Amino acid sequence: MLAFLIRRVFQAVIVMLTVAFISFSLFRFVGDPISTMVGQDATIADRQAMARELGLDQPFIVQFWRFIAKAVQGEFGISYRVGRPVMDLIQERLPATLELAFCAAIFALVFGIFFGVYTALRRDSWLTKVVMTVSLIGVSLPTFLIGIGLIYLFSVELKWLPSFGRGETVKIGGWTTGFLTESGLKSLILPTITLGLFQMTLIMRLVRSEMLEVLRTDYIKFARARGLSDRAVHFGHALKNTLIPVITIMGIKLGALVAFAIITETVFQWPGVGFLFISSVQSVDVPMMASYLLLVALFFVIVNLTVDLAYFAVDPRLRISAVATRG
Amino acid sequence: MDMRILTIAALAASTILAAPAFGQSFKWARGQDATTLDPHAQNSGQNFAVLHQIYEPLVHRDRQSKIVPALAVSWGITSDPTVWEFKLRPNVKFHDGADFNADDVVFSLERAMGPTSDMRGLLTSVEKVEKVDDLTVRIKTKGPNPLLINNLTNMFMMDKGWSEKNNVLKTQDFKNKEENFAVRNANGTGPYTLAVREPDVRTVMKANPAYWGKGQFPLKIQELDYRPIASAPTRIAALLSGEIDFVQDMPVQDIKRVSDTKGLKVNSGLENRSIFLGLNAGDADLKHDDVQGKNPLADKRVRKAMEMAVNREAIKQVVMAGQSLPAGTLVPPTVHGYTKELDAIPKWDINAAKGLMKEAGYENGFGITLHCPNNRYVNDEKICQAVVGFMGQIGIKVNLAARPMAQHSPEIQKNEVDFYLLGWGVPTYDADYVVSFLYHSKQANRGGWNATRVVNKDMDAKIQSLTAEVNTAKRDATIAEILKWAKDEATYIPIHNQALSWGMKATYDIPVQDENQFYAKYVDFK
Amino acid sequence: MTDQPVLARPTLRQRLADFWDSDIAWSFRHTPLAIIAALVVLLIFTAALIGPWLAPQNPFDPGSLNLMDGKTPPMTPNAFTSNSFLLGTDDQGRDIFSTILYGSRVSIFVGFAAVSLALAIGVTLGLLAGYRGGWVDSLIMRIADIQLTFPSILVALMIFGLFKGLFPVGSHNDLAVPVLVIAIGLSDWPQYARTVRSVTMVERNKDYVSAARIIGQHPVRIMARHVLPNVLGPVLVIGTLGLALAIIAEATLSYLGVGVPPTQPSLGTLIRVGQEYVASGEWWILLFPSLTLLSLALSVNILGDWLRDALNPRLR
Repeated sequence: MLAFLIRRVFQAVIVMLTVAFISFSLFRFVGDPISTMVGQDATIADRQAMARELGLDQPFIVQFWRFIAKAVQGEFGISYRVGRPVMDLIQERLPATLELAFCAAIFALVFGIFFGVYTALRRDSWLTKVVMTVSLIGVSLPTFLIGIGLIYLFSVELKWLPSFGRGETVKIGGWTTGFLTESGLKSLILPTITLGLFQMTLIMRLVRSEMLEVLRTDYIKFARARGLSDRAVHFGHALKNTLIPVITIMGIKLGALVAFAIITETVFQWPGVGFLFISSVQSVDVPMMASYLLLVALFFVIVNLTVDLAYFAVDPRLRISAVATRG
Repeated sequence: MDMRILTIAALAASTILAAPAFGQSFKWARGQDATTLDPHAQNSGQNFAVLHQIYEPLVHRDRQSKIVPALAVSWGITSDPTVWEFKLRPNVKFHDGADFNADDVVFSLERAMGPTSDMRGLLTSVEKVEKVDDLTVRIKTKGPNPLLINNLTNMFMMDKGWSEKNNVLKTQDFKNKEENFAVRNANGTGPYTLAVREPDVRTVMKANPAYWGKGQFPLKIQELDYRPIASAPTRIAALLSGEIDFVQDMPVQDIKRVSDTKGLKVNSGLENRSIFLGLNAGDADLKHDDVQGKNPLADKRVRKAMEMAVNREAIKQVVMAGQSLPAGTLVPPTVHGYTKELDAIPKWDINAAKGLMKEAGYENGFGITLHCPNNRYVNDEKICQAVVGFMGQIGIKVNLAARPMAQHSPEIQKNEVDFYLLGWGVPTYDADYVVSFLYHSKQANRGGWNATRVVNKDMDAKIQSLTAEVNTAKRDATIAEILKWAKDEATYIPIHNQALSWGMKATYDIPVQDENQFYAKYVDFK
Repeated sequence: MTDQPVLARPTLRQRLADFWDSDIAWSFRHTPLAIIAALVVLLIFTAALIGPWLAPQNPFDPGSLNLMDGKTPPMTPNAFTSNSFLLGTDDQGRDIFSTILYGSRVSIFVGFAAVSLALAIGVTLGLLAGYRGGWVDSLIMRIADIQLTFPSILVALMIFGLFKGLFPVGSHNDLAVPVLVIAIGLSDWPQYARTVRSVTMVERNKDYVSAARIIGQHPVRIMARHVLPNVLGPVLVIGTLGLALAIIAEATLSYLGVGVPPTQPSLGTLIRVGQEYVASGEWWILLFPSLTLLSLALSVNILGDWLRDALNPRLR
């Protein structure tokens, strides 16, 4: 167990270092950090002084080391576009993205599992056909089209739900939340559906196919033969076994939610990090891009580690095989 | 129960309750946010929009663009024609409680004249600012400047003590991405105090309980919630769904839909602002073209050809949905110095333009990059796209680079673009403001927004003479001469004066102000 | 097949007949949805392929547009120019029908090129990892893992950001399409590599592969002759679904304003423009490109789905 854990943490560190390296290369080689900082009128002496101050005259590896040391302390420099420390900007915007991703994940999980189970158990009902068709359309519709459609229908035509932003937020410590006000909650609905729909269809299809697979296995047949009720067979045995791969996939997909939020945030003008990132890409704001990259990597690594551990806890068989094969 | 938990719970509850009810505030949306709240860091309308609610100048222009008293109650030129005297409003307090007095005026004007200030171009004629007594200030100019007052309408007053305390004695150096305390904090004398500042997300301002203008202005709006919404369709969706009370930059195509919606209203009017293309005619070679070793834009025939290829009427009809006035000069009709003949619109003539291109030796055209803002003026990127088409018709292959104004403007100021779109409003209502910023060659105090790289010593001298010229007839003649030269040189291609459309809930009925400046304090409703 | 003489070379006719009788073809014939989807895909591909000869206008040549034609409703004469357009025009006077033809060309080209790139990298690395095993396998799979950390749209955006920083502004418009291909293609390869690797590992240990190895066949030959045919099925499925994803990714990037230049609109760009007119009544600018994109992605997805089920009958 401990060996496995150490291995996973070690891998996570390697991933983070690699991503940091890419980030740093972005930082160092794209654009000219000196001219961005000293302005156009600077003399050659000014530039050299600046280069010394920034440590740009040091060997590459030393610079990389410094970059990491600073990154660990949360220092990522000043955004070229906004002219403020990158970390401040990210801190301000992160709650918006995390709340949205959280809601979308819950939405995707609840509806995905429900519809997955339903369509697997009632394979010939008309609702299954409808759900399967809609899910196919859902996968084929680009996120932004879904968002535009929802805004047009529910905001412009029906005037039920807000079309942009987070509504009224409440500040608790350093965290701004939209969960505590009516307008905040209402504002969450459309972006949540937009962001969660694609993942929901994926989960639904996964649960459905896993469920169908499990229902065919001998031990389910055996359970039925033992005279257990359908309910007990379906939910006690089949669903439980279905959920293990779902957890893994969900881990990866949760990371994806944070990144996919870029599109949803753009459509709904949601003040999160994704919206910030898009503005940075458009204006080649290198410090911002580099930090966002690190942030997403960190988020993913944490989620993955958690999933690995959860996986480990859920399925005892893996305690042996995981160490043997995955390491 | 543990008292501490109770207290925390009570505190948490009170924070939630204290959060302003979303419905009560006046929600005001616009395409982009103020880039900074430092009042002297950027001479730009998008910043003034917010700043005028919080800070106040000595005088400002009201809803009819008339100069009215703000922090000064009276003003005039003294017996010495180079000295202006201002009587200040008594009993005015800053938001933090400090008194407003002559020291603050001297400090603020000196700050605005500092090297990092973007407002110093408006104060080039000022030699010295002097305190006479607590409520009297004198401004001494280098020569007589009868029009000085026009330059003070956006010159905001800051508190000296507050600035000392927060280390913002110098203006934020915006071009070089400096950051200071005043960028996100504000302490003015205005009708609203800054409550929340989240750049790019929202800025909340609350009615100032100690405002001097109580009883003089309606001051009905208790809370002002400013929301930059970059995407135009989202902005309109928000107005149509009732989430927003007032949209200051309506997309032109949506005017009809909004006017036809019950409970909503659109007010339109011509803005005091021209939209035009700038050409780098002065450099020996261009950075953003495909002609090696020479500058095609240096050839006047090429510039004239480009000017002729622009179909202003089509831009008006299709891109602007009729909401513009095609222009032949950078001086809007509301501005002193404007004449009809100057505004004669160059004839749209593709064949003649092609002829000129051939004459200049560019029969097969050339390639060039057009730099364009995409969030600043009405349909700016669409105008640029149309220009790409127009230029294509005379063989110029244009590569369009559209980006937010925050990246666009420093590159114009730093001479890093060759072919660009810009808009210029004239807050002084005098052509001097146009020529000294756009035609004077680039120097510390003048020509800051001129990226044409043209240096004409003679014209520079004429432009400089405008400030001190007291003989109106002579001054007007000089203006006419400069503008005639400007039109003939065609270093700029004027496109149009844009119309403004303000969309709002019908209860508010806010008239359009031709500087595109909205003042919350004047808004009245039942 | 068994009743045919083993040595006789099958004629083309026989081959076609065999194919007609095969499981896949049988499944196709009995899945109406797949037939419709195939027809739609065929229609759009053909239209895009012969687009330049079909389109009444070249919307990518800004000089040939007449701004006055802008915002003309479908099949209604324009108020100024009295020109009429089948599906109307956008705000710059581009004929929507022509732009959809040209735009789909871009979308489909980017889709195919990106999938081919991802496929080439993924299959090669997957075969290598699966066949060689050991540290080669570990290295390739770790890289794939790291890359999978980042959703493809983010990787694509990153590559775009890099490119904007590295190349001068003037070259951006010309390089946009190749960069889109690289961005989407590079972000997608790990999927192929993973699948190919797992199939390869299974095949490698089978007797016939071991036999081939023992008689001294070159590894490349073994992979090409014995392993590759076995990975084709799953790769075809991922590739088809990947094509739909790549087309959507292209549309998304263009919608976000980082894809193709606005003067050479793809479906995503048109949708972005159309969105601005959704409240003002010019519905055709948004509707037709959206429908094209949806039917294209949906049909390709249906085909991919069908293919997966057909190749893996257990799930049917």
